[in-house]
Amino acid sequence: MGTHPQRILTVSELTLLVRDRLEQEFPDIWVEGEVSNLRTPSSGHLYFTLKDQTSQIRAVLFRTGVQRLRFALREGLQVIVRGRLTVYEPRGEYQVVLDYLEPKGIGALQIAFEQLKEKLTREGLFDRSRKRPLPFLPRRVGLVTSESGAAIRDILAVLRRRCPILGVLIYPVPVQGEGAAPRIAEAIRALSASGKVDVMIVGRGGGSLEDLWCFNEEVVVRAIADSAVPVVSAVGHEIDYTLADFAADHRASTPSAAAEAVAPVLDDLIRTLRDLRVRQERAIRTQITLVRHRAQDQYGAMPALRLRVQRHAQRLDELAGRLGLLVRDSFSTLQQRVTACRHALGVHSPLARVRRALVLVPQLFKRVEQRMLTVLVFRRQAVRSLAATLDTLSPLAILARGYSIVQTVPEGAIVRRARDVSVGDEVRARLAEGQLLCDVRKIVSDP
Amino acid sequence: MAALKFEDAMTRLETIVSELENGDLPLDESLKIFEEGIRLSKTCLKMLDDAERKVEILIQDKEGKKRLRAYTPDAEDADGSSSST
Repeated sequence: MGTHPQRILTVSELTLLVRDRLEQEFPDIWVEGEVSNLRTPSSGHLYFTLKDQTSQIRAVLFRTGVQRLRFALREGLQVIVRGRLTVYEPRGEYQVVLDYLEPKGIGALQIAFEQLKEKLTREGLFDRSRKRPLPFLPRRVGLVTSESGAAIRDILAVLRRRCPILGVLIYPVPVQGEGAAPRIAEAIRALSASGKVDVMIVGRGGGSLEDLWCFNEEVVVRAIADSAVPVVSAVGHEIDYTLADFAADHRASTPSAAAEAVAPVLDDLIRTLRDLRVRQERAIRTQITLVRHRAQDQYGAMPALRLRVQRHAQRLDELAGRLGLLVRDSFSTLQQRVTACRHALGVHSPLARVRRALVLVPQLFKRVEQRMLTVLVFRRQAVRSLAATLDTLSPLAILARGYSIVQTVPEGAIVRRARDVSVGDEVRARLAEGQLLCDVRKIVSDP
Repeated sequence: MAALKFEDAMTRLETIVSELENGDLPLDESLKIFEEGIRLSKTCLKMLDDAERKVEILIQDKEGKKRLRAYTPDAEDADGSSSST
């Protein structure tokens, strides 16, 4: 039977003693375990049980701590926590009051990444429908990247090789470390608002996941999504995608690929333009020749007419031929200038030399244009006068004016001189309307 | 930005050439679109010609103001002796 050697405690007194003891012994502990029985009442505090295979302990995170959480807690999550031990007297339960949590193993960064990605996806920032096509021939390309390193070198080299006439505006930024993300976002917003670029490339060369992390930050992703100008992301990682890649209008796997996406091949453009000009000129010449043939068929019976038509048509062909030569010359000169321009740039020559070379091209063009317009005007007039001539020479027009064509019967030879026939011969007179069969009564020669 | 975009001019030029090659138009019409085609060709070449390549970089001076400066690619040497990030 129990005697009572010590004083008898109340439950509260005992609980308080236990509490004090625990608080003294465990003022600052780190614990690792699995989250279960998670409760989030409206008070804003968080209650759960931290457990492992054989034991469990109650935990509480008060509202201020909840607000500081960089990730969302969920059932089954493995966490590492820091706090102090105490007793919740009304229930007689000991618990750990937390002031810090982090997800174990995966890392807080990764969880935060997943959650941010989900949130932005729900907002629609990564939708296909938001992605804009890149301009075919941008006037100026913006670059948001580090001003030194492989990325900028590669981009500029590819741009120069493909299309040396593109302008480039570089907004240099740090591309890793603390404070990089806000600077990158600022650069994107500034270029977008400036109106000076038609497209921009945002990126950097390869690196570790930590190095690339600034391109996963919300401030950068939002800046890309808000950009008024299409954005090509080039965060040098073949396989992994950053959130910036999802938000961009086009994702390139490397900085070089980004430059390829942005720049057309200048040589191809020039070649296409030249081909179109040649085809165009050939087509119009063919058509003019066709018209000439048709005119010949119609009036082939009249030898004098046919000669006139042929002479006009020949003149047209001649002019068309000269035009073709002019076109060819102007193109080869332009090509030479562009090649010279490219070589000059490749040898790091100052901009002045480039400018001087390019200034000659517009002058050349003025001359070609003027010549072409003159030739064109001449040709149109030639065609018009040809048509007019054909009209007046048309037999029907002649007949309509009251003339008639007299022919012998039955040979049908045209009678031009009165003395070609004899009195009593039969002749046929072809009028504008109808014919007359006549007998020659008398020959009257012109004095 | 030019009123007519390069891509649109090229597309119209290709259409004109197709029509001329089909040869279905009367001569007067053909001459008219031929003239238009010549103008478009000239415009396209002019756009390529006007584009003057300038590579510029934004720098911040001592007062913190930003201005543009021509970019000299010191990192373009073959031996890669540039400063890295």
